[in-house]
Amino acid sequence: MVQRIASGPWRPTADDATTLMTPATHVYEPLGFGRALETAAAWLLGFLWVLPLLYAFWTAFHPAEFSTRLDLSAPLTLDNFVKAWHAAPFARYFANTVMLVTMVLAAQLVLVTLAAYALARFDFPGRNVAFALILAQLMVMPDVLIVENYRTMTALGIKDTILAIGLPYMASAFGIFLLRQTFKTVPRELDDAARVEGCTPLQTLWKVYVPLARPTYLAYALVSVSYHWNNFLWPLIITNSVETRPVTVGLQVFSATDQGIDWSIITAATLLSTGPLLVAFLLFQRQFVQSFMRAGIR
Amino acid sequence: MSAASRTRAGEWLYAWMLLLPAAALLALFTHYPAIANLWHSFFSTPRGARKALFVGADNYRQLVDDPIFWQALTNNLWYALGTIPVSIALALAMALWVNDRLPGRGFLRLAYFTPTILPMIAVANIWLFFYTPEYGLLEQVLGKLGFASHNWLGSKSTALPAVMVVAIWKEAGFFMIFYLAALQSMSPYLAEAAAIEGASRWYFFRRVTFPLLIPTTLFVLVNAVINAFRLVDHIVVMTRGGPDNATSLLLYHIYETGFRFWDSAYAAALTMVLLVLLALTALAQFVFLERRTHYR
Repeated sequence: MVQRIASGPWRPTADDATTLMTPATHVYEPLGFGRALETAAAWLLGFLWVLPLLYAFWTAFHPAEFSTRLDLSAPLTLDNFVKAWHAAPFARYFANTVMLVTMVLAAQLVLVTLAAYALARFDFPGRNVAFALILAQLMVMPDVLIVENYRTMTALGIKDTILAIGLPYMASAFGIFLLRQTFKTVPRELDDAARVEGCTPLQTLWKVYVPLARPTYLAYALVSVSYHWNNFLWPLIITNSVETRPVTVGLQVFSATDQGIDWSIITAATLLSTGPLLVAFLLFQRQFVQSFMRAGIR
Repeated sequence: MSAASRTRAGEWLYAWMLLLPAAALLALFTHYPAIANLWHSFFSTPRGARKALFVGADNYRQLVDDPIFWQALTNNLWYALGTIPVSIALALAMALWVNDRLPGRGFLRLAYFTPTILPMIAVANIWLFFYTPEYGLLEQVLGKLGFASHNWLGSKSTALPAVMVVAIWKEAGFFMIFYLAALQSMSPYLAEAAAIEGASRWYFFRRVTFPLLIPTTLFVLVNAVINAFRLVDHIVVMTRGGPDNATSLLLYHIYETGFRFWDSAYAAALTMVLLVLLALTALAQFVFLERRTHYR
């Protein structure tokens, strides 16, 4: 998907240095009563937005009797988490998810780099057709082709393996697109300089292009990790056993069984399964947000 | 250049070799399934020892006569209509507020974006708890305000809207990020020039900011449409398509047909409908997006 910005980012020019005027940024920011009103509205929306998550935290950290009563003097407890951890093999589910996400990311980085390099720097017949066909995946994702992909996996004999979960996603059209854009911005002079030094194309790729694309790699990695950590429908279909289930499917299997709908335990399990991603997000907020921004701004 | 790529043909071959792994996997898991899907939709479902027989357009005839399919399709269209404009409008508002440096913008950005990071499964469970009749939080708040208890997910008239709210909650923050990126790349000289000309705040937004955000809006729109068809995790958790198919979406119906009833031929026909819808979206994007914008 291509997002084009009609006006480019503002870059200071020589004119700016010579004039004594600096642009008045945020000239149209609200002031006074308007500002108070907008702040109130924004805060209300923000509060509504975190409310479900806050409620989940409340229920998970308090005993079952207080799960629906907002009694502020209720005792905090970690019991629900302990019970949830023992009620389902979450340790195994986490291990599976980490393995899945790592495997997919590693494969994606390699495949996407090679393909983007070929599309960005080589001129060969069928290049545009290949690129168009690759972009088709942006619309027709593996998520909608579940029936056929299941059939393919059965034919390949790898049903119910972690490899089968990740395989349809390893050639990522989105990654190829992002990286191709980035590679295209690398100055040709660097490419020529490397060639003069006697580098093969692959060495040029490794020494020149990859280091320069590091921000894009980071952005893509964060987007990919979030996507595959949270993926549910395809892993649900293709996995059958504890040894292969990622944590999203594990959570669903756990909360769908006869739990007597004990919400304290279910919310505790939910927070457990989102815990790592949430903590990583809170610690690296800025990088996450910038990654998604960078990924979309192409 | 190494010896292998010194000739033109050598260079072509080199490039194709670089492209090959990604292209092979893409072909195997995107292009081949799409075509195979079309092929299999003209056959019957193989069951046990009975092989698949060519049945022509039978599956499609079954599709036309299937009330659940039409329900799922209309549900999906209502779902798209309900979630897309609202989440885009909210995303724009959120981006403008965060960009306007209102007090507490760090917290606001965090609050708006957090639902996007959470898995839809977790989100669905939390909202399921929220919606629980009698003692869910929504019920408690409404009860205190004097409204009668209501089974939001259990009644046909409110189940789909309830599910739409969950989707909006999850998606708006994601779209906000794209708007934020666009707003932050706007030249500050524009606002200054407009202020000098005496434009009011609303005029500036209507005639300068919003037109500049049209490419972003189109991009977000395409994303939103794809997500409206792609994301059914919350249906699996919250309603399982019920009550009485009131919340069945197209991909969920495909999932049910293919993996609960194991009717793979009919599921293939259903998938073709979904693929056609996505192809139409791609075409619309190509026609509208490519014409109105230009590369940076």
